[in-house]
Amino acid sequence: MENRVTNILLVGVGGQGIILASEIMADVFMEAGYDVKKSEVHGMAQRGGSVSTHVRFGPKVYSPLIKEGEADIFVAFEELEALRYLSYLSPHPTILLNEQRLNPPGVSLGNEDYPADVKAVLSRRAKTFKNILARDLAVRAGDVRAANVVLLGALHSILSIPEKVWTDHILKRFPPQAGPVNLEAFRLGKAS
Amino acid sequence: MNEERTVLSGNEAIARGAYESGVKVAAAYPGTPSTEILESLGAYAGPHVEWSPNEKVALETAMGAAFGGARALAVMKHVGVNVAADPLFTLSYTGVRGGLVLVTADDPEMHSSQNEQDNRHYARFAKVPMLEPSDSQEAKEFTKMAFELSEKFDTPVMLRTTTRVSHSKSIVRTAEPTVPPVKPGLVKDPVKLVMLPANARKRHPVVEKRMEDLARFAETFPENRVEWGEKKVGIITSGISYEYAKEVMPEASFLKLGMVYPLPREMIRSFASQVEKLYVVEELDPFIEEQVRAMGLAVEGKSAFPLVGELNPFLVEKGLKNLPPAAQEAGPKLPARPPIMCPGCPHRGIFSILNKMKLFVTGDIGCYTLGFLPPLSAIDTCVCMGASIGHAMGLDKALGEEALGKVVAVIGDSTFFHSGITGLLNVVYNRGAVTVIILDNHTTAMTGRQDHPGTGCTLKGEETFEVDLAKLAKALGVRHVRTVNPYDLAAVERVIKKEVQRPEPSVIISRAPCVLSRREKAVSGKPLAVDSDLCTGCRSCLRLGCPAVAWVKEEGTNARGKKRKGRAAIDEFLCNGCTLCAQVCKFGAIKGNDGK
Repeated sequence: MENRVTNILLVGVGGQGIILASEIMADVFMEAGYDVKKSEVHGMAQRGGSVSTHVRFGPKVYSPLIKEGEADIFVAFEELEALRYLSYLSPHPTILLNEQRLNPPGVSLGNEDYPADVKAVLSRRAKTFKNILARDLAVRAGDVRAANVVLLGALHSILSIPEKVWTDHILKRFPPQAGPVNLEAFRLGKAS
Repeated sequence: MNEERTVLSGNEAIARGAYESGVKVAAAYPGTPSTEILESLGAYAGPHVEWSPNEKVALETAMGAAFGGARALAVMKHVGVNVAADPLFTLSYTGVRGGLVLVTADDPEMHSSQNEQDNRHYARFAKVPMLEPSDSQEAKEFTKMAFELSEKFDTPVMLRTTTRVSHSKSIVRTAEPTVPPVKPGLVKDPVKLVMLPANARKRHPVVEKRMEDLARFAETFPENRVEWGEKKVGIITSGISYEYAKEVMPEASFLKLGMVYPLPREMIRSFASQVEKLYVVEELDPFIEEQVRAMGLAVEGKSAFPLVGELNPFLVEKGLKNLPPAAQEAGPKLPARPPIMCPGCPHRGIFSILNKMKLFVTGDIGCYTLGFLPPLSAIDTCVCMGASIGHAMGLDKALGEEALGKVVAVIGDSTFFHSGITGLLNVVYNRGAVTVIILDNHTTAMTGRQDHPGTGCTLKGEETFEVDLAKLAKALGVRHVRTVNPYDLAAVERVIKKEVQRPEPSVIISRAPCVLSRREKAVSGKPLAVDSDLCTGCRSCLRLGCPAVAWVKEEGTNARGKKRKGRAAIDEFLCNGCTLCAQVCKFGAIKGNDGK
């Protein structure tokens, strides 16, 4: 078992399923025997705003918030949002990027430009970089909404927690008929 | 003992603690970051759990239950306590019979609030004890202790959380519910419960004595505890600040306060005398620091940590270790992503017309406050629940003819029930020429769609009486009450133009369910599309600020030879066919996907 705290930062846009993904993570880390804390702010963030969720696990966790400069694993559900939180990254982070762009209002209105080369910026910044077409993989699994579970699969592939703990807790969070789609999404994410 | 571990938010843990305490009655008005407490408690069988119209009613309901010997919980966000302050200050005098806990969920950083008042001051002001948990396990345990203290000291007890405690999740060990020691029943005790001056004068000394007793109790309260480490630095702290300080300086000595009012003065004095340098780490106001200073002790607090906004591990470390400001990772300026009204939101049409008419719009608290943001840019004031109507009344009385036809108040249905009714009553009574638009989306949307007296449904999902807003406005004496469909822009404009000109009170009810409602639908759900051949790139549709409509830069001409710098496009996954964009398009370029 890791004897230091692992810091995972998830960022994206309200409505992308980030909070549900982080809830599953918290359950998984508890079941794997760790102390765990996670934090995000709900409320106005539900309305399509920028969302960041901090998940920390280890033998004993005090702060629910990651200190700036200490996120070991960065899961970006959206490209622009990835750039917004770079100051949180540790010197040698693992970055999982969902290749998806959601235009903020200024870009939709044509007043601002969506930043270019997000992938290049992130891959330069990362020790380990992985880009994932979570939306496409979710569609392949059978439901575009399962993109968050695709990313959990990718996260599983870089942590050492038994697969069954993940799949058990994923199944617990969805109605039975949605189980197979989400397991397939998890598998595709793991293999990505 | 039947005990299991589960990951809970601070709010869910408070609900669990109330349940394990055998709470009988719980009342609240929804407000971030407190809302999930009652939502979670509502899932347990047993207690009566209700959405009250406002926080004052919620606290009074809890008081009645506590006077009847039952354990009672009232829950609100920090600014909600302002609304409930009237009963609170005298509840301090009456005391309770069954335990009464008042949860105040403060919002440092104003993630979802209009101010960041520090409600620890209420404990001192109202002379009641206050507990402050640091994580979810404590949130549950402190809730249980709060009920016990309430009964032991015959006092309401405040439990204060902050957004980071309410909305963070951590592991909680749950237990089975217990039966409270006090047996509910009617017991007459007028000298204690009837606060006429003669009785109140008798009660005030009781309150002062109680606070002295509590201050003595605080010295041995196990949740005020010293964690000895190195004695170079001693840190007095509580709540979430404890977790941050422990994270960045685990080697220091800590005096962790579970009870933030009254303070254990002897404990503080003894701790201070044994450490070289004393810090108070606390969010917002120097509430503990000033009391420590008043004891004549040298302490660092707000000299090292910000007075404004939320703390975090980075800021606490910077203050404790006196670090220089960190070099910012240089990056380009990024487009902002503010919260925004949903695609198909019934408020959008109203605000597009208010923007077009260039009215001065007195605003209120809810999703529609987002009408402030560009491109709608149609909210001119926003202060507190219900204030829109008073603001419009004051403008009318101050400016008279000059303001007639130029001002309108907007208020949501839930906010109107909370605090708008009395404002409207005043407009009628004092002959204001005020037009109020009630944005009736049949829910309390911003906090996550809670029921209220106008939805016909209780927190528990039971059917109940549904207040008719039009009849209510008429009963208050408003002669001109109109109901409009907010998806019909021409009708909205016509009605607002007519009503704002009236030299007497009028009410416009914009009636359409929240687009997120699972019970009712007012939009087709069928996405529209832009006919690129017809789009002239005039941007009228973009001025609605709908997330489903985007600008595509593409200089050229459309199929009719009209020059354009780009064209509009609709995201078929986001669009739900509200048709506003089709209504504002002068070129007939926006149609249903079937071409109609």
